[in-house]
Amino acid sequence: MSDTYSITLSINGKSYQSEVEPRLLLADYIRQVAGLSGTHVGCEHGVCGACTILLDGQPVRSCIMLAVQADGHELTTVEGLASDEKNLHPLQEAFWEAHGLQCGFCTPGILMTLLPYLQEHPNPTEHEVREAISGNLCRCTGYQHIVDAALLAAKKMHNGA
Amino acid sequence: MKPAPFKYFAPDSLEAALELKAQHGDEAKPLAGGQSLIPAMNFRVAQPSILIDLNRIPELRGIRANGALTIGGMTAQSAAEKDALVAQHTPLLHEAIPNIAHPQIRNRGTIGGSVAHADPAAELPVVCLALRARMLAQSQSGQRWIEAQQFFAGLFTTALSADELLTAVEFPLARERTGYAFLEVARRHGDYAMAGLAAVLALDENGACSEARLVYLNVGDGPLEATQAVASLVGKKPSEEAFAEAAQIASQVDMQPFGNLHATPDFQRHLSGVLTQRALNLALSRIPKKAAKAK
Ligand SMILES: Cc1cc2nc3c(=O)[nH]c(=O)nc-3n(C[C@H](O)[C@H](O)[C@H](O)COP(=O)(O)OP(=O)(O)OC[C@H]3O[C@@H](n4cnc5c(N)ncnc54)[C@H](O)[C@@H]3O)c2cc1C
Ligand code: FES
Ligand code: FES
Repeated sequence: MSDTYSITLSINGKSYQSEVEPRLLLADYIRQVAGLSGTHVGCEHGVCGACTILLDGQPVRSCIMLAVQADGHELTTVEGLASDEKNLHPLQEAFWEAHGLQCGFCTPGILMTLLPYLQEHPNPTEHEVREAISGNLCRCTGYQHIVDAALLAAKKMHNGA
Repeated sequence: MKPAPFKYFAPDSLEAALELKAQHGDEAKPLAGGQSLIPAMNFRVAQPSILIDLNRIPELRGIRANGALTIGGMTAQSAAEKDALVAQHTPLLHEAIPNIAHPQIRNRGTIGGSVAHADPAAELPVVCLALRARMLAQSQSGQRWIEAQQFFAGLFTTALSADELLTAVEFPLARERTGYAFLEVARRHGDYAMAGLAAVLALDENGACSEARLVYLNVGDGPLEATQAVASLVGKKPSEEAFAEAAQIASQVDMQPFGNLHATPDFQRHLSGVLTQRALNLALSRIPKKAAKAK
């Protein structure tokens, strides 16, 4: 084993401290060390978007970032969306109601991409939503219901619909 | 799909990074946004034994306009995309950046990383060459400016030497009587483009083309400049015929595309030709009106 580095980071408001090998990918840290398996790993080269998380509020691919690079940063994963087990985030509710997922593999990445997008764009058009999720692949839905869910989520997040 | 082991350094000053680079030379790869390097390491196409992470060096980030627009090498592509100085002074760069990958990638990917990577399919090297940008290369023994024409030295190859880091890119400010346009065609927004170009068109007081640049992506082993097409334009008044001729020469004479996964060489020529005419028209329409019709 090569040298390890000590890192401290926050995920969903909880602090983690670990010794990691520098080659450990952030996605693997989140899943295997922090035990948060909601973040999915599809392609491991930045293409599919399944591993998207928020790094200091900005969406990034966790499969093409090293865990050591997250030292001192604040991360949010899909587990950080709902306030508790009974109350989903309005974004999650919208996906539930509009049937925005089938197998659910792509969903965490899509939610973490849409969260900051919809916060900054309260009233997007369908075209803008499609552009916003253009970096996320879904093998099941054909995207239509994801787009519907995102448009519904925009309403829920901003008008409490 | 995991990187091979490597030694990791995250210096917090440029001085320390340059010292590491001087010590380890080619053995040590700078890690900028990691959006090209880490995928390559995951595939083990790249197996550097040492990584020098530049992300903890604040002095490498930032954008200033002072006679020219200077962007620190570690400035995120998304930061430059949203920057008002970039929009005002380098409209071509402002138009090109949203074509790079997806927002999630631009949040990490850097201006310097893309330029240093010198991918022929990338947008930024094309913009650098079209605008005649200069790259600041620094090493422990000093610094030098490298002109874009010399900087891009072939497929994924630059004029940087083993002990140098690219610390900034300097773009000339947008000029009078000049129009700029960036256009590309990709299968899906954010994918690497099948064809695309940066066009710069400048007119003299009489409304004739005094200078032009046409630089293409993904049709050569680096950003490809269509010099013969440009020669056909200079001195002429802009017209559909002049633009069609330039498009013809650029796509049939200046370039020898290899084709790629999504486009055959013929299709790349076709796209490049059509895009050339559109980009020249767009650049022309953007030349401030007063100047354009001055006689
Ligand atoms: C799914 C996906 C789609 C993409 N689509 C596009 C696209 O359409 N267009 C496009 O242009 N790019 C695209 N990219 C690549 C992206 O733009 C990268 O950000 C960019 O190519 C490299 O920048 P980086 O900061 O991430 O550099 P890194 O990946 O960190 O580094 C790239 C190379 O440059 C070297 N390097 C980096 N910084 C310096 C420096 N300061 N001095 C010397 N050497 C240095 C590194 O050692 C490495 O060899 C895509 C990437 C992904 C994952
Ligand atoms: S697993 Fe990260 S983008 Fe596919
Ligand atoms: S719901 Fe199955 S991949 Fe999107």
